[in-house]
Amino acid sequence: MLNPKLKLNPKIFNNDVEQVSIRKGFGQGLLKAGEENENVVALCADLMESLQMHFFAEKFPKRFIEVGVAEQNLVTVASGMAAMGKIPFCGSYAVFSPGRNWEQIRTTIAYNDRPVKIIGSHAGLTVGSDGGSHQMLEDIALMRTMPNMEVYSPCDAIEAKKMTLALAKTNKPAYLRLAREKTPIITTEETPFEINKAEIYWMPDIGLAQVGIIATGEMLYNALLSAKELEKEGIKTRVMNLATIKPIDKDAIIVLAKECKAIVTIEDHQIMGGIGSAVAEVLAQNYPVPMEFIGVKDKFGQSGTAKELLEHYGLGVQNIKEVVRKILKRKTS
Amino acid sequence: MTSLSADKIKELEQKANDIRQSIIEMLTEAKSGHTAGALGMTDIFTLFYFHILKHKPKEPFWEERDRVILSNGHICPVLYATMAHSGYFSIEELKTLRKFGSRLQGHPHREFLSFVETSSGPLGSGLSQAIGMALADKIDGFTRGERSRTIYCFISDGELDEGNSWEAIMLAGKNKLNKLITIIDRNNIQIDGNTENIMPLEPLAEKWKSFGWNVIEVSGHDFRALNEAVEESQKIKNKPSVIIAYTIPGKGVKEFERDYKWHGISPNKEQAEMAIKELQNHRPI
Repeated sequence: MLNPKLKLNPKIFNNDVEQVSIRKGFGQGLLKAGEENENVVALCADLMESLQMHFFAEKFPKRFIEVGVAEQNLVTVASGMAAMGKIPFCGSYAVFSPGRNWEQIRTTIAYNDRPVKIIGSHAGLTVGSDGGSHQMLEDIALMRTMPNMEVYSPCDAIEAKKMTLALAKTNKPAYLRLAREKTPIITTEETPFEINKAEIYWMPDIGLAQVGIIATGEMLYNALLSAKELEKEGIKTRVMNLATIKPIDKDAIIVLAKECKAIVTIEDHQIMGGIGSAVAEVLAQNYPVPMEFIGVKDKFGQSGTAKELLEHYGLGVQNIKEVVRKILKRKTS
Repeated sequence: MTSLSADKIKELEQKANDIRQSIIEMLTEAKSGHTAGALGMTDIFTLFYFHILKHKPKEPFWEERDRVILSNGHICPVLYATMAHSGYFSIEELKTLRKFGSRLQGHPHREFLSFVETSSGPLGSGLSQAIGMALADKIDGFTRGERSRTIYCFISDGELDEGNSWEAIMLAGKNKLNKLITIIDRNNIQIDGNTENIMPLEPLAEKWKSFGWNVIEVSGHDFRALNEAVEESQKIKNKPSVIIAYTIPGKGVKEFERDYKWHGISPNKEQAEMAIKELQNHRPI
């Protein structure tokens, strides 16, 4: 069942569940953050509407900097603004930022420990028809290895909004990973949100779970659909929303592993270096249990719809269910 | 900022000579580091820290200070030595350069020396940060009146090979950042040789002009001309300014001058003794 404490969207499993793009939640959050704090500024590399930064730009034109198609400049200018007390949010597609400007982020933001927020939209296979060149599948790995940098990946538009507001109040560099497509609304305004805390979204009605599923970003929805269907087969799971990838909520992951003794991770990202690796780093050192990793297996993406691509690369509901059955066998054999 | 008297110029020459000696000593002690650029930029750093800058060495975080962004972090021996001589920290500390636990990292790092305005080393991103600072000041209205401050960015000619530099140059022109003054160390050398052989930069002044900048060309060793160039830049109301300062790499030590091989090495003991002697012989009385 859905965790009742979280007051999640009651229509979550309906066919007509409301769908909103996660980036839109960011755009609304940025506007509100700008209203709350005059030091919040925004920078964009010729993708204002794609990043949903136009709400902010229209309301605060003097605090919005358009740098053109220049992602290296985007983040380094932001670093300079942060040095003068600003909280800059800089937006582009994840494949360009942090894809193209990684060293500039490392040296001028992370090494300097400046509170710049890097927004990488259109991450993952779900970008769809634009094809592999635009489907950023390596950004979690790139960013979570960088000292001082925090990494976030919200599951829906509402969480993205809350997260954006929370990031405007932290004094650390951060990377916020966003998906392009409209995705089902999982949470509600009432859902409690605490940054850096991983919550259980799905749990057995009664008794212990047999498998723990940890998902990030828009993949949380497929994880929840899988958990619901698996329940019908008598397989009890818990599903964790790993919205904060770094600093990782070690305690919550260890608690989950202790109960389930088997963990499956799901991410729209390369398996190498992503959240599966992050979870494995925690468990291998603290409470080793069998693990399965669902993600992209050392391949580039291609054109197609989000659904087609997720199925093709093994991130669809059917595949998630198979992997859960597989790990259950590993656990009991 | 005022024009320079003959006495002031002599004082600056003496300071620059002392700073050059410190640079030789610290690099020799460190057994590695960048000699040519540090010596070449000594006159400019001396002029800034002992005449131009609005700053308080004993109060390094004074909010109204001018900002100095060193983009080509590898010439940091001149930054450290000039800061020490102007009172930010002891001259004795210079000998810890590049040593374990030192505040004086091989390339500047704010985590170790918190009052450098930025960490640097990888080339081509200092100007963007200076632009970010100038943009922030523009938003906050710190561009006029008593609280007005100037953002100075020191860059090298070689780092203009970096694409990031030109992204920055375009943006500053677009935003007419008149409180931003960039000084290029035009010494014509980079690691692999002469800049015009490795990647031609000329016509450099015309390039900057066409990007919307006020351009002044001046000798990097002429205190009076440099000071006037900065004064002139301060008066420009609707453009950022760049001062192309023609410098001699290794300036002050004949054996090191104009030789690109001295870009990334430090003097050994004998070379250092020779260099210090030469500098002492030429110190203005």
